[in-house]
Amino acid sequence: MFDTLDPILMARIQFAFTISFHIIFPAFTIGLASWLAVLEWRWLKTGNAIYAEIYRMWVKIFAVAFGMGVVSGVVMSFQFGTNWSVFSDKAGNVMGPLLGYEVLTAFFLEASFLGVMLFGWNRVSPRMHFASTVIVALGTIISAFWILSANSWMQTPQGFRVGADGLLYPTDWLAIVFNPSFPFRFTHMIIAAYLTTAFVVAGIGAFYLFRRRHVRHARVMVGMAMIMAVFVAPTQLLVGDLHGLNTLEHQPAKVAAMEGLWETQRGAPLVLFGWPDQERQETRFALEIPKLSSLILTHDLDGEVKGLKEWPRDEQPPVAWVFWSFRIMVGIGMLMILTGLMAAVLFLRKRLFDTRWFQYWCMALTPSGFVAVLAGWFVTEIGRQPWIIYNVMRTAEAASPVGAQPIALSLAAFVVTYAVVFGAGIYYIGRLIAKGPGDLEEAYGAHGVKRPPLVAPQVADEGGSHV
Amino acid sequence: MFSLEAFIDLPMIWYGLIITAVMLYVILDGFDLGVGILFPFAPSEKCRDRMMNSIAPFWDGNETWLVLGGGGLFAAFPLAYAILMPALYIPVTLMLLGLIFRGVAFEFRFKARKSRRIWDYSFHGGSLLATVMQGMILGALVQGVTVSGRSFAGGTFDWINAYSVMTGVALVFGYALLGSTWLVMKTDGITQSWARRSASYVLGYVGLFIAVVSISMPLMKDTIRGLWFSLPNFFYLLPVPLMTALLFILIWRDLHIGREYRPFFMSIGIFLLGYLGLGISLWPWIVPHAVSFRQAAAAPESQSLLLVGTAVMLPVVLAYTAYCYYVFRGKASHESGY
Ligand code: HDD
Ligand code: HEM
Ligand code: HEM
Repeated sequence: MFDTLDPILMARIQFAFTISFHIIFPAFTIGLASWLAVLEWRWLKTGNAIYAEIYRMWVKIFAVAFGMGVVSGVVMSFQFGTNWSVFSDKAGNVMGPLLGYEVLTAFFLEASFLGVMLFGWNRVSPRMHFASTVIVALGTIISAFWILSANSWMQTPQGFRVGADGLLYPTDWLAIVFNPSFPFRFTHMIIAAYLTTAFVVAGIGAFYLFRRRHVRHARVMVGMAMIMAVFVAPTQLLVGDLHGLNTLEHQPAKVAAMEGLWETQRGAPLVLFGWPDQERQETRFALEIPKLSSLILTHDLDGEVKGLKEWPRDEQPPVAWVFWSFRIMVGIGMLMILTGLMAAVLFLRKRLFDTRWFQYWCMALTPSGFVAVLAGWFVTEIGRQPWIIYNVMRTAEAASPVGAQPIALSLAAFVVTYAVVFGAGIYYIGRLIAKGPGDLEEAYGAHGVKRPPLVAPQVADEGGSHV
Repeated sequence: MFSLEAFIDLPMIWYGLIITAVMLYVILDGFDLGVGILFPFAPSEKCRDRMMNSIAPFWDGNETWLVLGGGGLFAAFPLAYAILMPALYIPVTLMLLGLIFRGVAFEFRFKARKSRRIWDYSFHGGSLLATVMQGMILGALVQGVTVSGRSFAGGTFDWINAYSVMTGVALVFGYALLGSTWLVMKTDGITQSWARRSASYVLGYVGLFIAVVSISMPLMKDTIRGLWFSLPNFFYLLPVPLMTALLFILIWRDLHIGREYRPFFMSIGIFLLGYLGLGISLWPWIVPHAVSFRQAAAAPESQSLLLVGTAVMLPVVLAYTAYCYYVFRGKASHESGY
C-alpha cells in the first residue's frame, strides 16, 4: 500500500502537521509571558496580593504550555533537514544564520530564565524574579522575530543571488532580515498571540464568574482581557489590511485566491461566500458585493484586480483552502472586535462582570484565537504554493531523498505522540483551571502538590531530615 | 558584502564551534538524560522527586545545546545537515519522540495524581530512547555515510547494525555515569548513597565499552589505524588513554571515600577525553569518510555573520547559564517547586 504514497505529499503533510501543532503553543505562550510580566509588575507596584495569586495560577499553566512548545519546537528544528534537505542545502546560506540567531539570542534566554521564573521564588529577590519573567517574555518575542523573518524571506525573498552551482548566496543581510513582508507578518503574529491569550484568559475568567468562584480574581482577568479586545482587536484589522495590501504587491496570486477571483477585472466584487472550483476555474454560488474588492485592495472603485487565470494552472495555489481559511480568520477577527464593543458598552453600564449571556459568549470564544492563528497560517502557507521560496524554488524540488514509507511511519508516530501529549496537557491545564487561583500558601510545595500523593508508596521514605 | 574570510579560517573556526556545541550538549543533557535512565531504580518516590527537582530548572537550557548543534550545523555546514538528516531520518525522529516524552514528563508528573506512574515511565523510557538513538547515531557516523553528489545515497536502515547497537548501549551507561555522579553531588541521605552505589556499578561498564570502542575504531579504518599507531603520533596521543585510565581509578576511589563533587567533574573528564579521541579519529570529516568540513562550509558571508553573533552571544549565554546553576546551587530537596 505504501508504494502508491507520494513522498513529497507525505513530507508536506508531516511538516504541516508538526508546525501546526507547534504554533499552537507559541501563540499562547508569547501572549501569556507578556501578561505574566504585567501581572508581576502590578503586584510589585501595588503590593496587592491578588496579582500574585493570579500569577501563581497562570504560571503553572504557562509551564505546561511552554514545555509542550519546547518539545514540539525541537522537532521543528530538525524538520528542515529530515524532510527538506535539498532546500536546506540550497537555501542554507540564507536561512541558516537566521535560525542560528534565533537559538543564540532567544532560545537560551528563554530556557535559562524559565528555570528562575518557575523555581526561583525562594532563591532570588522579587526584583530579580520579575526581571526573569520579563526576560522570558522578551525571549519569546525575539524568537518570533527571527523565525518570522526566515518565513517571510521565503515568502518575499530578496538580498541574495543564485550562484553558478545553483545555491543561493546572501548579498545583503539587512534586505534579507527586513524583507518586504516581514514587518507586517511580525506585527500581525505578535498581536495574534496577544489576542489568543486574551481570549483564553477571558474565557476562563468568565467561567469563574459564571460559577461565582474566585470572583475577585476573575474580575481582574476578564477586565484585563477586555482591554485587549477593545483596543488591540481593531488594531489587528488594520494591520491585517496592510498585510494584505503588501501581499497584493508581492504575491498577487495569493490575494486572488483569498478573494476567490478568477478573472482580471476593473471594479472587482467582494466575494463573501461561494465555492471556489479549481476544475472549472470559477467560484460557484458566489454571494458578491459589487466593486468592494477593488475598493479594499486598490482604494479605488474601478481599480484593476488580477484574477487567478493570469497564472497557469500549475502555478495556482489550492484556492478553496486559502479562500476558506481566510474567511475563518477574518470572521473570528470580527467576532473579537464585536466582543470588545460589547465589553465597552457593558462596562459603561457597569454590567461587565455580571451579564450572564456575555459570560457564555466569552466562554464560547476561548479557543477562537487558536483557530484564527491556524487559519491565518494556512492562508499564508498554502497561498504561496507551489513555491517554497516564492518564484525561486518549488516545493516539489525541495524534498529529501527519503522514501515515502519512513516519512509516513514517522508521521503516524508524530500524530499518535502528539495526540497523547496534547490530550494529557489539555487535561492537566483543565485541572489547574478547575483548581483556580489559591491563596499564596497553597501555591507553594512541589509543583503545587502540597503533600506527596496518597497512592505513592511511602515505605522506603527518607525520614524527613532535610526539607 | 561583509565577510571575515580574508582574516581568519572560517570553516575551521566553525568546525571547532560545532564540535564544542555538540560536546556541551552531550555533557549537559547527558547528566539529565542519565538521571532519567536511573529513574525507576531509585529506592523511593521521594528520591524520585528529588532527582527530578535536581534537574528541573536546567533540562530546557541543556537541551537547547542540541538545537544549537543542529541549527549551527544548518547554518555553518548546510551540506552536511542536508546529507546527515536524511541519512539519520529514523534515529533522529525516534530521538525526538523520546525527547518529547521525557520533556513533558517534567511538568505532567508533578501535576498528576493517579497517573504519576505513567509519567515516571514516560520520563524513563523517553530518556532511554533518546540516549540509545544518540549512541546509535554516533556508531553509524563513525562507520561512514554513503554519499553521491550532494545528497545521501544510502539506504533507510544503513544506520542499524551490531556496532551501532553496541554504541547505543554504551552511551546508556555513559550517561548513567554522568547522571549518578550528578546526583551524588546534588543530593544527600538515601538518594545520595544509592546514587553512589549506582555510580560505582556503571563505572565498570563504561570502562568496558570505552575499551571496546577504542580498540574497534582503529580496526575499522586503515586511516585511523595509521593515525594512532604511526610513530611520532603514538607518543603524542598516548596521554589520552592514559589519562582516561587515571580518571577511572580516581572516580572509583572518590566514590568509596565519600567525595561529593569530584566524581561528577571527573566523569565529565572521561567524556571529554573520549570525545577528543573520537575527534582525532574523525578529523577532518563532517560527514565521516565522505565530506570534509571545508567542502561542506556555508558561504563565507553566512559564516561571518553568524560568527559575529556567536562571538557576542556565546559568552553572554555561558554567563547566564552559569548564573542559573549558581541560583540553584546546593542540594535539591524533594519539595522545592513553584
Ligand atoms: C511566532 C512564533 C513562532 C513560530 C512561527 C515558531 N516558533 Fe518555535 N518557538 C516560539 C515561537 C515560534 C517560542 C514562543 O519562542 C517558543 C515556544 C516555547 C518556547 O520555548 O519558545 C518556541 C520554541 C521553539 C524551540 C524550542 C526552544 C527551546 O529549546 O527552548 C525550537 C527549536 C523552535 N521553536 C523552532 C522553531 C522552528 C524550526 C519553527 C518553524 C519552522 C518555529 N519554531 C516556529
Ligand atoms: C506556525 C504556523 C505555520 C503553519 C500552521 C504552517 C502551515 C503550513 C502548511 C499547511 C504547509 C503545507 C502547505 C501545502 O502543502 O499546501 C506548510 C508548508 C511549509 N511551511 Fe509552514 N506553516 C507555519 C509556519 C511556518 C514557518 C514559521 C516556516 C518557516 C520558518 C514555515 C515553512 C514552511 C515550509 C518550509 C513549508 C514547506 C513545504 C511547503 O511549502 O509545502 N512554515 N506550512
Ligand atoms: C481582523 C481582520 C484580519 C485581517 C484583515 C487579517 C489579514 C491577514 C492576511 C491578509 C494574512 C495573509 C498574509 C499573507 O499574505 O501571507 C493574514 C495572516 C495571518 N493572520 Fe490575519 N487578519 C485578521 C485577523 C486575524 C486574527 C484575529 C488572527 C489571530 C488571532 C490572525 C492571525 C493570522 C496569522 C497567524 C497569520 C499568518 C502569519 C502572517 O502571515 O502574518 N489574523 N492575516
